[in-house]
Amino acid sequence: MSKPVEEIRIGVYVCHCGTNIAGMVDVKNVADFASRLPGVTVSREYKYMCSDPGQELIRQDIKEHRLNRIVVASCSPLLHEETFRAATAKGGLNPFFFHLVNIREHDSWVHENRQDATAKANALVHAAVERVRSHKALTKKQVPVNPAVLVVGGGIAGIHAALTLANAGKKVYLVEREPTIGGHMAKFDKTFPTLDCAACILTPKMSSVKSHKNITLWSYSEVSRIEGYVGNFEVTVRRQPRYVREDLCVGCMECIDACVFKEAKFPNEFDEGLGKRKPIYVPFPQATPKVAVIDPDRCLNVKTGKCKKSCVASCDRGAIDFTQKPEDRQIKVGAVVVATGFKAFDAKRSPQYGYGVYPNVYTSLEVERLVNASGPTSGEVVLRDGRHPKTVGIIHCVGSREEHTNRWCSRVCCMYSLKLAHLVKEHSGAEVFNFYIDMRTPGKSFEEFYQKLLKEGVHFVRGKVAEVNDWVLDPSEQGKLVIRVEDTLLGTVRRIPVDMVVLGVGLEPHADAQEVRRLFNISCGTEGFFLERHPKLAPVNTFTDGIFLAGCCQGPKDIPDTVAQAGAAAAEALALIDSGHVELEPNTAYIVEEECSGCKSCVPLCPYKAISYVEDKKKAVINEALCKGCGTCVGACPSSSIKQNLFEDEQVFSEIRGVLADV
Amino acid sequence: MSNESEKGYLYFPGCSLKSTGRAYEESLLELFRLLDIPLQELDDWNCCGATSYMGIDEEAAFVLGARNLSIACQTPGRDLMAPCSACYMVLRKTQDYTSKYPQVRREVEAAMKRADLPMPGQVKIRHPLEILYHDVGAERLKNLKKRNWLGGTIACYYGCQAVRPYSDVDDAYNPVKMDELLRAMGVQTIDYCLKTKCCAGVLTGTVPPVGRRVNYILLKEAVRKGAQAVVTICPLCQINLDAYQKEISAESGERFDIPILYLPQVLGWMLGGRKKELAFHRCIAGRRYLNEWLRETKEEEAYV
Amino acid sequence: MERQIRYQREARPAWGAEIAKLPGCERLYSCIQCGTCSGTCPMSLYMDYTPRRVIALIREGFYKDALSCRTIWLCASCYSCSSRCPQDIKVTDIMYALKREAIKRKVYPSRFPTPVLAREFYRLVKMFGRNSEFLLVFLLTLKTNPLGFLTMARTGIALLLTGRLSPKVEMIRDAARLRKALEPKEVA
Repeated sequence: MSKPVEEIRIGVYVCHCGTNIAGMVDVKNVADFASRLPGVTVSREYKYMCSDPGQELIRQDIKEHRLNRIVVASCSPLLHEETFRAATAKGGLNPFFFHLVNIREHDSWVHENRQDATAKANALVHAAVERVRSHKALTKKQVPVNPAVLVVGGGIAGIHAALTLANAGKKVYLVEREPTIGGHMAKFDKTFPTLDCAACILTPKMSSVKSHKNITLWSYSEVSRIEGYVGNFEVTVRRQPRYVREDLCVGCMECIDACVFKEAKFPNEFDEGLGKRKPIYVPFPQATPKVAVIDPDRCLNVKTGKCKKSCVASCDRGAIDFTQKPEDRQIKVGAVVVATGFKAFDAKRSPQYGYGVYPNVYTSLEVERLVNASGPTSGEVVLRDGRHPKTVGIIHCVGSREEHTNRWCSRVCCMYSLKLAHLVKEHSGAEVFNFYIDMRTPGKSFEEFYQKLLKEGVHFVRGKVAEVNDWVLDPSEQGKLVIRVEDTLLGTVRRIPVDMVVLGVGLEPHADAQEVRRLFNISCGTEGFFLERHPKLAPVNTFTDGIFLAGCCQGPKDIPDTVAQAGAAAAEALALIDSGHVELEPNTAYIVEEECSGCKSCVPLCPYKAISYVEDKKKAVINEALCKGCGTCVGACPSSSIKQNLFEDEQVFSEIRGVLADV
Repeated sequence: MSNESEKGYLYFPGCSLKSTGRAYEESLLELFRLLDIPLQELDDWNCCGATSYMGIDEEAAFVLGARNLSIACQTPGRDLMAPCSACYMVLRKTQDYTSKYPQVRREVEAAMKRADLPMPGQVKIRHPLEILYHDVGAERLKNLKKRNWLGGTIACYYGCQAVRPYSDVDDAYNPVKMDELLRAMGVQTIDYCLKTKCCAGVLTGTVPPVGRRVNYILLKEAVRKGAQAVVTICPLCQINLDAYQKEISAESGERFDIPILYLPQVLGWMLGGRKKELAFHRCIAGRRYLNEWLRETKEEEAYV
Repeated sequence: MERQIRYQREARPAWGAEIAKLPGCERLYSCIQCGTCSGTCPMSLYMDYTPRRVIALIREGFYKDALSCRTIWLCASCYSCSSRCPQDIKVTDIMYALKREAIKRKVYPSRFPTPVLAREFYRLVKMFGRNSEFLLVFLLTLKTNPLGFLTMARTGIALLLTGRLSPKVEMIRDAARLRKALEPKEVA
C-alpha cells in the first residue's frame, strides 16, 4: 500500500458509573493497566463518562493528544454507543474509530468478586484496544422512509394510535383479526373510576376510524408476512372471506332475519357466549364495519353446500357472495404499531373455583355483558338457572399472582372488581362480597372509588378464596355456592354462602403471542408479553427499529394507560416517518468481487433475502439496505470472499488475541 | 395389557395393610390373582415412617424410605406398588428430596453407609389405582367382568396423599380415575366434591373430636349426594370413615351406617371373586347392606 | 387484662431465616399472606394460629409462638395447602420443620397427644422396623389419657372382632442394621 502507515494513538476511558461499576471493578487498576498497553496514549477513569464533562474529555484529548482511536469501558452499547460515537465525531474523528466495552451488564453487575471482576474488565479492555487498531472509517447509509403506518389490532390501543396518525395526515392501515374493531373495551359496560359508559366513549372513535379518509380498515384480516426494515416494510395482509361484500353491505340485517336458522342458537362471542347469534350475524349493533359476517363453521351452505340460501335472496343489494376466497393484500409502510391486546385468563385453569362445573360461577367479562343494557339480558342480572342473586361473591386475583398460573399482578382486576361490585349491587340489589389479597388502587381517583364502594356497603374480605363448592354444612347453605376463605383480617376461616360467584380473571398474552412475536421479529418477556426496548426510557419501542408497541400486548394496563401509550407509539412512529429518512448501521456484509467464485451457497442462507446472484458477472451481490449484519453469509462463504464492516477478520481475531493475552 | 402388568410388580404392603387395613391387602392380592398379574412382596421391608417420622427426624424419615427403595432396586426391572397412600407418598418424597436436595442426599448416603446398605437406584413407585387405570385398563376389566354391582351408588373417595403433592396418580384437584374405572364397569358414582379432602389421618386417634367431625362432614356429604357406599384407596381413609360411624351418629344425631370399601374389593367382586377372599367380613359399618348386596349364587360357588 | 403487644426484642428474624434454609422451606419468604393455606386446610378451624399466621410468625422471628402453638400438631399432612399455595410454598414441610424444632427444644404443648404419638411411633419403628398399631394406640393412650381406654373400647372391640387389630408385633430380620442407619449422626 502506498498510504503511509499511521501511528495508532488510542485513548481509553474507564467509567465508574457512580458505584455501578466502581463498586465491583477497581477502575483505577483498569485505567493503569490500559495505559501500559501498546498504542495507548491516554488512559483515564472518570465518574460518569456519559455526562457532558465526560464527553468533553474525549473531545479535548483527541485534539490535544492527536488521538485517532477511542475505547470507552462503560455500559451496554444499547444505551451509550451513540453518545460516545457522537463525542468522537465532535473531536473530529470518524465515529467508527470508537469502540465500546461493556463492563457493567457483562461484568460488575454479574460478578461478586472484585478481583475477578477487575481482571475481566482488564481483559475486555485489552481486547478492545487490540480490535480498535484495525477499525476503518465508515459512514452510515441513509434510506428514505415510507410515510404510511400499519397498526395491528383494532382495540382501543390500535384505534387511538390509528386516529392520531391519521389526524397528522399519515396514511394508516388498521388490521383487525375479528369481524369488528372495538376489542375488549367494546364489551365493557361502564369504565372505572368515572363509571362512564364504555360504548358511549368508544363508538364515536370507532366511527371516526371507519370514516377517516386516511385510514384503510381491514377487519377479519391478519398480517401474514412482513419483510424489509425500518422505514421500508413490505407487508402481506390476509383477508378472510366473510362471504358478504363490504362494498355492498349496508348492515340492514335483512339477511339475518332471512337465515334458514329461525332461532339464534349459537353462542355469540361478543356476549361471551351468554347471548346467541345465527350463522350470519353482526356481532353487536355498533360493530365497525357494520357488515354482516358468515361463520363458516356454522353456515349450512359453507359446510355442506346444501341450503336454500334464503340470505342471498333477501339481500336486494346482492352483497352475499359465497364465492369469496381468502385474499392477500400487499402494502408498503415505514412503521408498524403492534396493538394486539390480551387474552382473559381461562378460569377453568383454577378448578378450585368451579368455573364450568357450577353454572352460577361467572367470569368478570361475562358479568360485563350481564350488566350491560345492550347485553343478552338487557342489563338484568339473571343467573344461568333463571334466579336473581341475593348474595354475590367477587373473587380477585384469579389467574394472577400465582406460580401455577400467572405470576404477575394483572393491574386492572382490583378496580374492575370494585366496578362490578357497584354495578351488580345497583342492578340487582344483592349483598356483595369482594375477596382480595391486596387492594391495588394506585390510579387517579381510584382510591376515591374504593372509598365510595366502602360507603355503599359492599363487604370486603381480605383473603384469597380457597375454594367454591356446593357441599352443605349448615341448612343456610342448601342450594348455594359456598365460598371458603380465610378472613385474614379476622384470622379465622369463613364459609360464605352466595348465589353467584364472579371470578376476577387476570390478563395474559394471546395464545399465539409467540407466533406474532416471530412474525414481527420482536421479543417477549418471560411472562410472554411483548418486550419494550427499555422499561423506562423506551417503553413503546421494540428491539426492532420501526416497530412500536401499544396497549396490553406489552403488559396489562387500564384504558387511560393504554390510550396514553397508544398516543406515545403514534408519536414515535410519526417522529420516525416525519424525519423522511433513517440511518442504517454500517455493520453490513460486502463481497470482495474478485474473490467470489459464484458458488451461490450464500444466497439461500440469508434470512433477509439481501443476497442475489448476478448472472452476467457470475457473482453474488449484497443489498446493503436489506443486510442486517447477522454474519451468516460471512461464516458460510467457502472462499472467504464475504466480509463484514465492524467484524472484519482482523478485528475479530485481534479482539480474541487481546482478551486471551493475559490469561 | 401393558408390559409392566405382564412382568408383575414388586409390592410394598406397609404396616397398615398387615393389621387395620388387612382387607385392603387381602382384596388387592385376590384382585391381582383374578387379573393374573404376579405380585412379589418386598423382602424384609420396613415401616415407611409415614407422616410421624418427618415430624421427629427428617433424616431418619428419608432413611426409612431409602432402605425400602434400596431393597426394591435389588429386583430390577419391576415397578414398586405401594397401595397405602401414606407409603406411596413417603416413598415418592424420599426419591424426590434425595435427588432435589444435596444435603438430604448426603445425609441419607451417610446413614446408608453406616448400615452397610447400598444407595437406591431408580425404581418407579406406583399406586394401584394408577396401575389399574393405565396398565390394566378399563377395557380389560370390562372383559373379565362376571357380576353386576348390586350395591347402589358409590362415592369415590381419593383422600389426600395419593393425589398430593405428587399428582401423577391423578389430578390433585379433581381426580377421576376411580370414577372412570367404576363407571366403565357399570357402577354409578356420585359427583363427590369432598373426594380429596383429608380424612384427618392419625388425628382421629390423637384428637378424636376433631377427627370425628371431619369424618362426619365426609359421610354427611356423601349421603346427601346419594351415595350408598364409599370406596377408598387408602387404609387410613378406610378406617377413619368405617370405625367411628356409631360415635359419629351418636354425636350428630344423624344415623350413619354406610359400608366403606376398598376399590379392589368392589372390582374383585365384579370379577367374580369371593366374599371371604375379598375380606368383606372385615368391614365394620353397613354390614347388613353388604349381606344384601353380595350374594354368591350356587353356580358361582361351584364355578369358583 | 392481658397486654397485646409484641416487642421487637422478642423477635429473632435470623431464626426464621434458618428455617427457610431447610429442605422444602425455601420459598417461605415468598408468602403474600393470602390465606389460601388456611382456607383450604381441613384443620385450620381448630388451630390457635392459622397456617398463614404461623408463616408470618416465622418470618418475623416470633419463634416462641410458632413453636408452642397447637397448629403444627393439628396438621394432618394432607398437603392441601402445599398444592394450593399460589406461591408454591410447601407449607406442610414448614409444619414438619416446626414440629422437629419444637421437639428438639421440648416446647410442644404438654399432654397434647400428637407429639406423643409421633415419639412413640418413632421408637417402635426404630426398635422393630415396623409399626404395631395395637401397641402404638396402647402406649399413646397410656401416656396421654388413661381414661381414653374406656371411650375407645367400642372401636377397639370392633377392630378385634373383624380381625383388624392384633397384639402381635412384627419385627424385620435386618432390624439391627436399620437401627444403625437410624442412629443420629455423631456430633463432630
